[in-house]
Amino acid sequence: MDKQEIYAALTDILQDVFDNPDIVATPDLSASDVPEWDSFNHINIVVASEMRFGIKFKTAEIESLRNVGDFVELIASKRIAA
Amino acid sequence: MTVMSMTTPSCPDLYWLPEAADFDGALRMFRNTELSGEENWVTLQTLANYRLDFMQTRRLDRVVSDKTGSLPGSVPRLRLAILGSSTLEHLAPAIRIGALRRGLLVEVHVAPFGQWRQQILDPASALYAFQPDAVLLSLDHAALLPTLPLNAPRIDVEAALDAAVDELAQLWHLLRDRAKAVVIQQTQWIVAPSLFGHFERTVPAAPAAIATQFDARLTMRAAEEGALLLDLRQAISGIGAEQIGDPMLWHHAKQTISPMAAPWVGDHIARILAALRGLSKKVAILDLDNTLWGGVIGDDGLDGVVLGQGSGTGEAYLTFQHYLKALRSRGVLLAVSSKNEQAIAEAAFDQHPEMVLRRDDFAAFEANWNDKPSAVRRIAKDLDLGLDSFVFIDDNPAERDLMRRTLPAVSVPELPEAPELYAKCIADAGYFEAVSFSLEDTKRNDQYAANRERKRRQFSATNMEDFLRDLQMVLTVSAFRQADLPRITQLINKTNQFNLTTRRYTEAEVRALMEDPSVLTYAFRLTDRFGDNGLTSIVIGRRGPEPGSLELDSWLMSCRILGRRVENAVLQVIVEDAKVAGITQLIGRYRPTPKNGLVKDHYPNLGFSLLEGATDPGETAWILPLENLSLPPVDHIAVMRGS
Repeated sequence: MDKQEIYAALTDILQDVFDNPDIVATPDLSASDVPEWDSFNHINIVVASEMRFGIKFKTAEIESLRNVGDFVELIASKRIAA
Repeated sequence: MTVMSMTTPSCPDLYWLPEAADFDGALRMFRNTELSGEENWVTLQTLANYRLDFMQTRRLDRVVSDKTGSLPGSVPRLRLAILGSSTLEHLAPAIRIGALRRGLLVEVHVAPFGQWRQQILDPASALYAFQPDAVLLSLDHAALLPTLPLNAPRIDVEAALDAAVDELAQLWHLLRDRAKAVVIQQTQWIVAPSLFGHFERTVPAAPAAIATQFDARLTMRAAEEGALLLDLRQAISGIGAEQIGDPMLWHHAKQTISPMAAPWVGDHIARILAALRGLSKKVAILDLDNTLWGGVIGDDGLDGVVLGQGSGTGEAYLTFQHYLKALRSRGVLLAVSSKNEQAIAEAAFDQHPEMVLRRDDFAAFEANWNDKPSAVRRIAKDLDLGLDSFVFIDDNPAERDLMRRTLPAVSVPELPEAPELYAKCIADAGYFEAVSFSLEDTKRNDQYAANRERKRRQFSATNMEDFLRDLQMVLTVSAFRQADLPRITQLINKTNQFNLTTRRYTEAEVRALMEDPSVLTYAFRLTDRFGDNGLTSIVIGRRGPEPGSLELDSWLMSCRILGRRVENAVLQVIVEDAKVAGITQLIGRYRPTPKNGLVKDHYPNLGFSLLEGATDPGETAWILPLENLSLPPVDHIAVMRGS
């Protein structure tokens, strides 16, 4: 799975979590760009990603994320490690 | 395995439900189709009965909230409030979908995390404004107990535990008094890392010792106080706590239960709610070949089937039969639906030396070559039960598929291929969830068996009057009594067919009725020459609104005593009482539901006249003036007044 495919899968997840077909995962997208992106939905994105990619995140990894680009890098690195 | 779970996600799934081939496609199509309220209700339930993960559950839940406004008013409903010492909002969709799976529409209110004590103590809180029917307390013992030093003596630990459980019980009382709500207390399931290893639980103040001691006290107190348990400790012991919680989610979001595990936990909560509304399953319909024994009795013969000693597989089938027998003894009805010759199938039960179940254990027995949905329909009719009371247990995937397509109201578990896993599968699916256990339950199978005998006699008696007189019925009446509360509540919530208004009341509400001086309550027991039918009929009357009026709020009767003109004797009792109490007229109402067409003409049949106006749409109201009233004598039933 290359990064482009990870972005595509994350787009699905974001559209699902926010019930919004217009949202697209881009490197610069962050919680401040989406009004519904609160802590509750943040966890939903994290858990849906764990399910989708078959990986588990550590607390520190989640806390260091600034935007979707960081998240894709993290997922890609964990996919390689697994 | 535990090392694995640190790097890959895992969670318990609803493995007894079938996987949906194209759930999202089906959901999209449904979302964009205009259907009637009744069709929406059936389709939503069908969609809920797939093996849904967390995200699918959320998707379906959104569609439910879009369609809720269109659903029929007769759909069973319940309001649940949740109070917790951790974040629990993410459970709400899973609870609603779990309830939908069981034909119940639930509204969920989740109090802000950590606010439980204030919400219960403050009569003006959002909790009470929500008017919950049930309140779930999901509290970790750490939220109730002071921190104790590790070397605290046992006597201090026990005092602290007792104080904490006392506080909890006081909160239960407040909830019951103020909200008239059923209390559901979650048990303690969180396992802290051990300090002492295997020695841990011998140290009174060690975390594992405190957790188990607190849990033991809490469950005993709940039993004494009539609070229900959400026994996650017991349920999780079979799958492992790491399947439910994730330390990352606790530290990051104060979630003790992972969203991934929400469908499983939500389903467990929904079982209890459905049971409160009388929606637990009542009957297990069983296939025979390769379900109750290995092989095919018609081909392999009595000696050829695999059952019992000499074979591990045979032992596994025996174990399953023992499980079914135990279910039967707690009041679940058993029935057979098998493609077989009736005589051969029945003989297997009487003649196979290893057989645990006997022919008499089955309330209905359909062995023939007709399709199984027809058999199930016939059994439902014979037992006077709705199709949603049935679980269909069959090893054959084709039969299961046909049943799901033809009769979506019947529950059909995806039985594992190995018979040693059958019992676990049925138990894990939570079909027969109970909220009470009474003497009546243990006798139910015998009562149904006696009923079959009565039905046979009904055909042999030359006329109805002779048959009824021949039954030698005795009806004993009393006001609601404390000891009968569980059974009365059960009857109020389970009776669908002979039920004029289908008003459901929790045990707390029934208790309130008992204490209300403007309410007259009647509980009727019926015995006959075949045995005791138990407490089988209930009437609740409320004085008013006009002086001299008695409004019959509820009138219901168990289906096992249908067609015996018991209602005539019941009316006589009420009329006699009402006259003594200075009442001059009875008002009765019929509120139609999909299931109670049977009693549409109940009041006119008893001599009531139609009361025009002042009714909700679909309802009919009926009046019986008592002055100069003379009812026809009821001479086939003797009436006795209980204490």
